[in-house]
Amino acid sequence: MPEPILELRDVKTHFPVTHGFIHRRLVGTVRAVDGVTLSIARGEVLGLVGESGCGKSTLARTILQLVPVTGGAIILEGRNLTSGTAAEIQEVRRDLQMVFQDPYASLNPRMTVFDTLAEPLRVHRVAAPADIPGRVARLMELVGLAPRYMRKYPHEFSGGQRQRIAIARALALEPKVIIADEPVSALDVSIQAQILNLLAQLGRRMNLSLIFIAHDLSVVKHISDRVAVMYLGKIVELGPAVEVIERPLHPYTRALVSAIPNANPDTERTRQRIVLPGDPPSPMNPPAGCSFHPRCPFALEKCRAAVPPLLPADHQRTVACVRLGEI
Amino acid sequence: MPLLTVTDLRTHFHTRNGVYRAVDGVSFTIERGETLGIVGESGSGKSVTGYSLMGLVPTPPGRIEGGTAVFDGVDLLHCTPAEARAIRGKRVAMIFQDPMTSLNPYLRIADQLIEPLLIHQDIGRAEALRRGLEMLVAVGINDAARRMHLYPHEFSGGMRQRVMIAMALITRPELLIADEPTTALDVTVQAQILELIQKLQRELGMAVIFITHDLGVISGLCDRVQVMYAGRIVETADTRTLFKAPRHPYTRALQRSIPSLQQKGAELYTIQGMPPDLSKPLPGCPFAARCEFALPKCVETPVHLREEVPGHSHACLRAQLGEI
Repeated sequence: MPEPILELRDVKTHFPVTHGFIHRRLVGTVRAVDGVTLSIARGEVLGLVGESGCGKSTLARTILQLVPVTGGAIILEGRNLTSGTAAEIQEVRRDLQMVFQDPYASLNPRMTVFDTLAEPLRVHRVAAPADIPGRVARLMELVGLAPRYMRKYPHEFSGGQRQRIAIARALALEPKVIIADEPVSALDVSIQAQILNLLAQLGRRMNLSLIFIAHDLSVVKHISDRVAVMYLGKIVELGPAVEVIERPLHPYTRALVSAIPNANPDTERTRQRIVLPGDPPSPMNPPAGCSFHPRCPFALEKCRAAVPPLLPADHQRTVACVRLGEI
Repeated sequence: MPLLTVTDLRTHFHTRNGVYRAVDGVSFTIERGETLGIVGESGSGKSVTGYSLMGLVPTPPGRIEGGTAVFDGVDLLHCTPAEARAIRGKRVAMIFQDPMTSLNPYLRIADQLIEPLLIHQDIGRAEALRRGLEMLVAVGINDAARRMHLYPHEFSGGMRQRVMIAMALITRPELLIADEPTTALDVTVQAQILELIQKLQRELGMAVIFITHDLGVISGLCDRVQVMYAGRIVETADTRTLFKAPRHPYTRALQRSIPSLQQKGAELYTIQGMPPDLSKPLPGCPFAARCEFALPKCVETPVHLREEVPGHSHACLRAQLGEI
């Protein structure tokens, strides 16, 4: 494997839960991210999937230092972000950028496209004031927007165009890693395809590493090189995208894959669907042992005993399930 | 006789920027027990069609300009308010995309759940509560006897959606309009909810209009599908035919844009351009500006839904002439 650009070592993000207003007391801890180890190579697209509440967005925010990390190390090109000073982190933020889900909420409605795209260039002093209009125009062209719309406001654009603006903003500082948190979930299918094409094409052209967070597995399979599946703050399966989604090994991944409706009436009506009982448990009070065992169709007594480690299942894939060889 | 016959439904919104023709001449029928899918992108008019039938179009700015919707002999769009009340919420029910905004946060689940029963049926509160509990059990809520006295915020997204389904089905309606009921949910919860709707449909023998943008959901659930674009129906067929042999270029393009049906890593097929502005006149086909097969005549000539083979209709001029 090529040299990793970003490495996570046993990253944990816990949130305290307090009760009472004057006599504040700690009543519990939400273990949103609970020991994630990952690495991503230069130019690689890593898909991150899981249900709402599994910690995938918190992991993204933790990497970007938007929420404080509780434990572990986040290493970008040899620099540990968890122990840096504020000035160092500010420096690193140039290399790490984010695209959010909702292009209606993530753009400032009172800033023109020009202001939105010029702001990062000014803050990080990467362009002389005279060069900024030219840089903004190039950014707009890069994402397929005509520079003549530079003075328009977000409400004058459609959802797909706004997401292009958000992508241009993320690209403004020529980052090394972009984290895209559900960037196409709010868009219609035909627009979704345009944005996916754009991300894939920009990633290739600029040799960007992309962490692509989504709940739509068919989208993730299409764009990613590798996929990590999260459940309740932990990675349960990690491997090449096609392998993980076409031949899932962990029982949770199997259920997730089987739940995707298939746009083919013949296979859709005959295939076996695994319908999981109940909802994911609360990350404040996760079940003992494997946190998936209460919903797992294959669970045995031993699944309750200890948290299963992420172990190699074949030469490319790691899976956290003690019954791996048996099911 | 079909359970519901909608003819030339037109719902327009009168805004400062002009008259927006959200639904512009939609006609369809649904039989008892049938599942009809309505697919389309945002702004295609699929939800407004549902709202029009339920009398939920915000007026003003919206107005039903014309058309009829005959449900078991009564025209829902022109009957008296009393006639409409006897049908809506009792024999025709609707569920919505977002269960958090469609449940009243100030009322306990039990109180909002039994409200339709107290209004539409002559039964006491104790009997209504008993029926409510039965319904919550039927939609798969564990520990329902205790939970029915909680508030909506104490439920997860999937459970709220179940409550909403229980609320819609408690009067045993003959027609359920489901407007993107699983779009806000995770895939595993979506699978549970779809299974639940199918099971209850079999038990109650009700007809379902399923509104969604997800062709995958349609393919497993619906008997018949109609595709909407810019306020009009552009193609309708039984599910298998629509997926195997779509005729309208928009249906074909929609199908080709789905990532799961394309080769991994390849450039995804995209539809160029954007949907038309519905406040501007559109004499010809609304899709013409984005269509790869469009000719000048497509922009100018009015085109109507025409049956090509029994059960399969489309509104493409060139396909109707056998040119594509």
